[in-house]
Amino acid sequence: MKSGSSLELQNIRKDFGGFEVLKGIDLTFKKGEFVAIVGKSGCGKSTLLRLAAGLDEPTDGKVLVDGELLNGLNRSSRTMFQDGRLFPWKKILKNVGVGLKGDWKPKAMELLEQVGLADRAYEWPSVLSGGQRQRVALARALVNEPDILLLDEPLGALDALTRIEMQRLIEELWRKRDFTALLVTHDVEEAVTLADRVILIEEGKVVMNKEINLPRPRKKDNILYSSLAGQILNRVMQVEDQVEKKAIHA
Amino acid sequence: MKKKLNKFNKFPFITWLVPVFLLVAWQLLSLWGILSDQILPAPTEVLKAGIALLKTGELIGYIGISAQRAFIGFLIGGIIGFVLGMLNGLSSIAETLFDTSLQMLRNIPHLALIPLVILWFGIEEEAKIFLVALGVLFPIYLNTFHGVKSVDKGLIEAAKVYGLSGFSLFWNVILPAAFPSILVGIRFSLGIMWVTLIVAETISANSGIGYMAMNAREFMRMDIVVLSILLYALLGKISDVFAKVIEKRCLKWHPSYQ
Repeated sequence: MKSGSSLELQNIRKDFGGFEVLKGIDLTFKKGEFVAIVGKSGCGKSTLLRLAAGLDEPTDGKVLVDGELLNGLNRSSRTMFQDGRLFPWKKILKNVGVGLKGDWKPKAMELLEQVGLADRAYEWPSVLSGGQRQRVALARALVNEPDILLLDEPLGALDALTRIEMQRLIEELWRKRDFTALLVTHDVEEAVTLADRVILIEEGKVVMNKEINLPRPRKKDNILYSSLAGQILNRVMQVEDQVEKKAIHA
Repeated sequence: MKKKLNKFNKFPFITWLVPVFLLVAWQLLSLWGILSDQILPAPTEVLKAGIALLKTGELIGYIGISAQRAFIGFLIGGIIGFVLGMLNGLSSIAETLFDTSLQMLRNIPHLALIPLVILWFGIEEEAKIFLVALGVLFPIYLNTFHGVKSVDKGLIEAAKVYGLSGFSLFWNVILPAAFPSILVGIRFSLGIMWVTLIVAETISANSGIGYMAMNAREFMRMDIVVLSILLYALLGKISDVFAKVIEKRCLKWHPSYQ
């Protein structure tokens, strides 16, 4: 039996000043599942994540966590933001332990060890590189043992090599700790590398919901992997087969 | 560029080079008779006057009373400014209620209130403390308000996601984020604190450094007048050093202080 929490979105709509960002979304995320949400920028994928976190309220529709209606902040979830959002005036260990009560230091230290930054515990965040900061942010999100981890383009600002490292780390921790993960990304390869299921959102609607049945850890030179990633990318970019052929012949 | 600056910091006496040079030049000009005693007595004369006043105990007493006025006034004005800044920064109701009034009051030069203050309090302690507090209040209010207003909304959101709210949100996020700005207000108001005190003590007082200067003028004691002015410079410098120490200690995390 997988742990984590299930999450259900029922007919979600979200308006921002008369502009409809999400136009009726129905999605179910099973316990312990890793789901990636992809789409072009402005398609509403980040808004969806904010609704799941309880940071925004839907204009219409329901968010259910383990079958219960979400009201206010989603306490069983933790969000990892694109810009890390570490507190610059707190040492790294304290950043990880923020909001924890009681004897929090050993727990925070354990998480820092898991992300490989235990030796930097007593430094300021400003001395870390972008990738290291995101590792601290990941440790901070996981130290609370959330049932749902929400990842809002957490690797978007990192260079390609650091990104691959971080993907491995996220996958490893997800397999070890058994939480439900929702990853919003514009990187289709990243989605196929990490997710059990890839959801494509286009202009506020779900237009694709695809299971990825590849063995883990996934290798980028696997033919199935690259064909899946290619298919999804083409769908995102709305490249018709014919257009593609034309382009090749031209 | 930064490395060069650090090299200079290894020799702290360099920052005192200019004041020492001016002092020596002043002494020599007096010695050669180019600078008349009636305009500016020599530094040695000023020093002699200082030692004489030190022996009678007057000097210590006057410095003590001036510092006390400055400190109490700063504390009262600072706390009021800080609380108002926090209140208006955190609550939009308070902002709409108080901000306009405070901005209007801010534009009245507080020294223009001296006649009124003398009528209210006479030349007692309250008059000086009131003026200092009033002068100090606005820079601290403005900078606290600005500091709170410009706290990164993303950080507040992250703090909420991680379970901070109420006082713990204020203590762990809002206060440290606003602190650099608040410190700017503190340094600014330390300057205003001394200026206010000098003016207030010069116009109406029966003790303090300003009183000493005015009293000396009656008796044409130029050396004591100059001594008072130098004392103010020294006290101003000390309070600035004090503010810098706080800055260094509290903003260790800030990249510009590393």
